[in-house]
Amino acid sequence: MKISIKNTEGLKRAREIIQKLASLLSLIIMAVILSALSPYFLTVDNIFNIGLQMAVIAIMAIGEMMVIISAGIDLSVGSVLALSGVTSTLMLVNGMGIFLSVLVGVLTGTLCGFINGVLISFGRIPPFIATLGMMGIARGLALIITGGIPIFGLPDSFSFLGGGRILNVIPFPVVIVVILALIGHFILAYTRFGRYTYAVGNNVEAARLSGVNIKRYLTMIYTFGGILCGFAGVILASRLSTGQPTAGTGWELDVIAACVIGGASFSGGEGNVGGAMLGAMIMGVLRNGCNLLNISNFWQQVFIGSIIIFAVFIDQYRKHKMGEG
Amino acid sequence: MNETILKMERICKRFPGVNALEDVSLEVKRGEVHVLLGENGAGKSTLMKILTGAYSKDSGKVYFKGKEISIRNPRETLDIGISMVYQELNLASSLTVAENIFLGNEPLRNKFIGVINRSEIKERCEKILVELHISLAPQKKLQELGVAQLQMVSIAKAFSSKAEIMILDEPTASLQEEEIDELFSLINKLKKSGVSFIYISHRMEEIPLIGDRITVLRDGKKVETVDSNTPVEVLIRMMVGRELKELFPKETVDISEEVLRVKNLNRKNSLFNINFSLRRGEILGLAGLVGAGRTELARAIFGAEPVDSKEIYIDGKYVEINSPTDAISSGIAYLSENRKLFSLALSMSIFSNITMPSLKEFCIGPVLRLRKEREVSKKFMGKLFIRATSVKQKVKFLSGGNQQKVVLAKWLCSKAKIFIFDEPTIGIDVGTKTEIYKLINLLAKEGAGIVMISSYLPELLAISDSIIVLNKGRIKKEFKREEATQENILYYATV
Repeated sequence: MKISIKNTEGLKRAREIIQKLASLLSLIIMAVILSALSPYFLTVDNIFNIGLQMAVIAIMAIGEMMVIISAGIDLSVGSVLALSGVTSTLMLVNGMGIFLSVLVGVLTGTLCGFINGVLISFGRIPPFIATLGMMGIARGLALIITGGIPIFGLPDSFSFLGGGRILNVIPFPVVIVVILALIGHFILAYTRFGRYTYAVGNNVEAARLSGVNIKRYLTMIYTFGGILCGFAGVILASRLSTGQPTAGTGWELDVIAACVIGGASFSGGEGNVGGAMLGAMIMGVLRNGCNLLNISNFWQQVFIGSIIIFAVFIDQYRKHKMGEG
Repeated sequence: MNETILKMERICKRFPGVNALEDVSLEVKRGEVHVLLGENGAGKSTLMKILTGAYSKDSGKVYFKGKEISIRNPRETLDIGISMVYQELNLASSLTVAENIFLGNEPLRNKFIGVINRSEIKERCEKILVELHISLAPQKKLQELGVAQLQMVSIAKAFSSKAEIMILDEPTASLQEEEIDELFSLINKLKKSGVSFIYISHRMEEIPLIGDRITVLRDGKKVETVDSNTPVEVLIRMMVGRELKELFPKETVDISEEVLRVKNLNRKNSLFNINFSLRRGEILGLAGLVGAGRTELARAIFGAEPVDSKEIYIDGKYVEINSPTDAISSGIAYLSENRKLFSLALSMSIFSNITMPSLKEFCIGPVLRLRKEREVSKKFMGKLFIRATSVKQKVKFLSGGNQQKVVLAKWLCSKAKIFIFDEPTIGIDVGTKTEIYKLINLLAKEGAGIVMISSYLPELLAISDSIIVLNKGRIKKEFKREEATQENILYYATV
């Protein structure tokens, strides 16, 4: 009898591992297909180009991953990104130093995330609604502050953040992604905050009855997401050398897609930063591939929408199977 | 009355690691109330889930009205006339009584467009209600009804869909005396019109009142089918399969100074003027019917439920407890009655569940000491005989008994000195139950104070040093161990 338990356990674990590797596998398959279709795909230049393109999405996906693990959702990431970009560039054109301006941008994101968190935990507003509201508010504020006109005339030194290259090869944003991902992974896997994030997403009542201060940790989770949107906003503004109030419109789709492809489950409690990075890479490769193959931006949206549905479908299918077996 | 309507033959069902059912047969006659008796985990609900198509069977045959049927999904069983009466699950609370009774089966004016014939619904509903002597207005919305009335609606719904077998699972669990009488007269009325019932209940006292025959299950096997006039002691012996003494080990422990005092605890409409004290080494049983306020009281002490007033003294000192966090840091542990809903993060590992309440002890600043977590958890796994492949195994893959042990480990690990156990042995097999009693004894011996809530009186009587009886939110009586009997506890719980 003991052996049979171990066998089914082993089977389940094998299935879980396969599931984990599934997205990595699909990334490799995509890469193989694309390098066959376009000779340019597998060049160092293009790979770092993908890195640059996905950097902003990847940074936001780290925070979104934590939010989704806690069984929540953050729809405001794209708007908060724009607002952060706008506030930091506004400081820059008004003569504030780079460091302070960047700080203002990051703090803007932090504040938005904090408000999301407070609304959700203390205000008991469902995450979907709270962040949907914030999505409108942040976007609106970005447009109000700028009067709808992009902010130009940023100092050249600012462009290093988004456009600079280390050793003339590695784009600086990619370095930032790696650092932030490592920090995010450390938080999720090795700190109390991370453990409680999983606990809240897994069973919020069990966490509460185990003495976890749910409200505090939920606020922290959304605030953390906001910080990352702030970073992403500043980097994007630097890369574009403008403060775009309309930047990141619709990007919540890409960010959530990255998380879902990377193994997050909307019922909460599952996922990790590595998955989010993988998901972001898949999104990046997909967009890059579409560009290389001259597939229009419109079709890209159709693809990405389909991929989200497909990823969740696979996830649900797997859960259903596990539930029966 | 003698015609056999349902026959389940040699049904087997295996789950990973357990034989849930082994060669179980059941025969139900037309117009009888067939009681299915057995402890939690004996296989009653698995058998019923197989009958209704929620689970598939591994082997065995099911005959309905003499013909073998293969049950593939719940819809099919419903169509042939076997109906599980849920208390509220399959009712839509914002719809009316009439709409619910015909939900999924509406009389239509026009089949193609699907326009519902409202007047016909109302008429037919009235007819059914009159026929069954149920005094309910068809246009009343379900959210305005009580539990007992919802059950009536469920039964009427099953009746309207021409169910010939109705399965009732603990139908009286949350009913008052007079509601139970009403339910029984409804069952008797339906019996006369040829409906058969499979009746699951833990309340031994009501079985001779309503049942015709009884089938006893134990550990996934059928023990026997007997008449309903079989004495209760005989039934219990069949259910448990051994003498009660070895089942409920009790050690004598020196009861010393007071560890917890609850004073003047009040909560609007549910708890009134609760005062009691608990001493080190003492096991205090909390008895009462479902809805008497036992769980509310436990949660109120633990800070999980708001109260209007309460004073809590630990080791003689007043402590402010406004949240579970406060309670845990004052040394109180609460094991809730529903481990899946309230106690465990199922897709997390064993060790992260065990360390959850005391995670601060496993941290340097904000950073976890994973190795220490695993080592300590491993120790508890050994101490409590938790059967799992490793401390990293996800809790959802463990059996109910092992899951409950993880919950125990989690609170042992928190180094609490006051333990509130809320139905600690629910849904657990007999052997594990005994292990849990031993553990509770051990805790008492080590000087902890224990409050134990249980609806299972034999267990409560055997393990408690004293017993408090709650009735409608008030403490009705306090018994010493020697004074308490099943009868006088029930008396104070119901009067």
